[in-house]
Amino acid sequence: MVISGLRKSFGDVKAVQGVDISIAPSSTVALLGPNGAGKTTTIDMLLGLQRADAGRITVFGRTPSDAVKAGLVGGMLQVGSLVKDLTIRELVKLVAGIYPKPLGVDEALQIAGIADIAERRTNKLSGGQAQRVRFAIALVADPELLVLDEPTAALDVEGRRDFWASMRAVAARGKTVLFATHYLEEADAYADRVVLMARGKVVADGTPTEIKARVGSRTITATLPGADLAAVGALPGVSAAETRGDDIVLRCSNSDSALRALLASFPRAFNIEVRGGSLEEAFIELTGAEELGEAK
Amino acid sequence: MIAINYARYDVIKTFRNRRFFIFAVGIPLILYLIFAGANRDVKIEGIPFPVYYLAGMASFGTMNASTSGGAVISLERAVGWTRQLRITPLPVWAYMASKVIRGYVMAGITIIVLYAAAVLSFNVHFTAGGWLLMTGLILVGLLPFMALGILLGHLVTPDTMGPALGGLTALFAIFGGAFGPLATTGWFHDFAQLLPSYWLVQAGGAGLTHVSWPAEGWEVLAVWTLALGRLAMISYRRDTGKT
Repeated sequence: MVISGLRKSFGDVKAVQGVDISIAPSSTVALLGPNGAGKTTTIDMLLGLQRADAGRITVFGRTPSDAVKAGLVGGMLQVGSLVKDLTIRELVKLVAGIYPKPLGVDEALQIAGIADIAERRTNKLSGGQAQRVRFAIALVADPELLVLDEPTAALDVEGRRDFWASMRAVAARGKTVLFATHYLEEADAYADRVVLMARGKVVADGTPTEIKARVGSRTITATLPGADLAAVGALPGVSAAETRGDDIVLRCSNSDSALRALLASFPRAFNIEVRGGSLEEAFIELTGAEELGEAK
Repeated sequence: MIAINYARYDVIKTFRNRRFFIFAVGIPLILYLIFAGANRDVKIEGIPFPVYYLAGMASFGTMNASTSGGAVISLERAVGWTRQLRITPLPVWAYMASKVIRGYVMAGITIIVLYAAAVLSFNVHFTAGGWLLMTGLILVGLLPFMALGILLGHLVTPDTMGPALGGLTALFAIFGGAFGPLATTGWFHDFAQLLPSYWLVQAGGAGLTHVSWPAEGWEVLAVWTLALGRLAMISYRRDTGKT
């Protein structure tokens, strides 16, 4: 799947401003970004629901709508509810009937974790159950590329964990999965690759580890009562220092030299801890801190 | 095939919504029993009232059945189901065809219920050929209303659908003479003859006389079907942003 130079505006709002992403088959990719970053617009264009103002998208060498027609792409949209007055099984069957080579209805219900409530009417479901039904609908298509727009938005913590366990089963079958999320931990834990978007652009693209490394910051915390903040901040390898009670917190560009210098200059320091940068820090740094509020 | 598969679920859904069903079939039936009962010995243009009114209520009921596909489309658009379908290989024609098939199933049930009432309550008797001709003409005459339903489904939101559908089919029914002819001569009669509903109602007389519509009837229906079909297509394209 290749997206190049993609642009889309809605009136004065430039939703997507030149996005390039290419995804290899059988990978799981997270499209991560705060609200309004252009994730949903990008996905809509990828699924052929909206036309791009400029740029090209090819999916398995075809245009998005041809790929959809061929049953190669399936998706779970962010908004949308279900048809009423049918049972879950009937609804999934209905969708299976549209595809040339669908997955078994029972198998889709099983993977989505709703086999036990399959005879229930679609208008009598909780938000989480409805989301699983939508997942089953996406699954039964058995597409080569599965696109999920914020698939866990309506789920509680447990539901989310179950959902990702199901997703792993899908990825294990060699399918390509692209999911949009604003949950950092989901991107970190479940994606082979993270494409970070902000303000309609791709701001970082790589494995979760690479993105964390790009920001490159590790943090040293230590207990050092009465520390001279200026002196600590001036140590080699330290980019920023602050105190929290008796603790000092050092953001480091090079944590190894910072640690050696810290121990040499302040042998009294104890409770020393060195942490790798979190994806969250990378996220804030790359997307601009002002958007953190929305992103969380 | 794909349309029939989809239509199966559209029909199941409709049957499960009992209230919808009771109103859709029940109202024309009750109107028929009351008015045909009160006027059982009256004749309109030489046609016994229970026969005229049978075609009238069959037209009214089946028009409602046909256009009700629009309410389904409108609702499915509103809840986002249409968007979900657009990322499946289901062709647009199959989706629309499914609504038309559903409309015809509903119309068929309305017709059977009214025919049964006519035969059992008012001793209406046609030859087999008469019944077939009348039924066939009604089914053809519903085509513009199927298109009207699809058109409204893409134009109107579910909260306005009630008055829009109810109002339009009532107007078509009244001016078409479903509740009794408004005029038998003069400009008003000429105007009524330009409506598809007029010819639907005339199907009743055809059951008795075995004479199909004149060329004018076929022409009026063809023009309405093509025009509304074209508008339905435009409204669909406008709605989905496709050109």
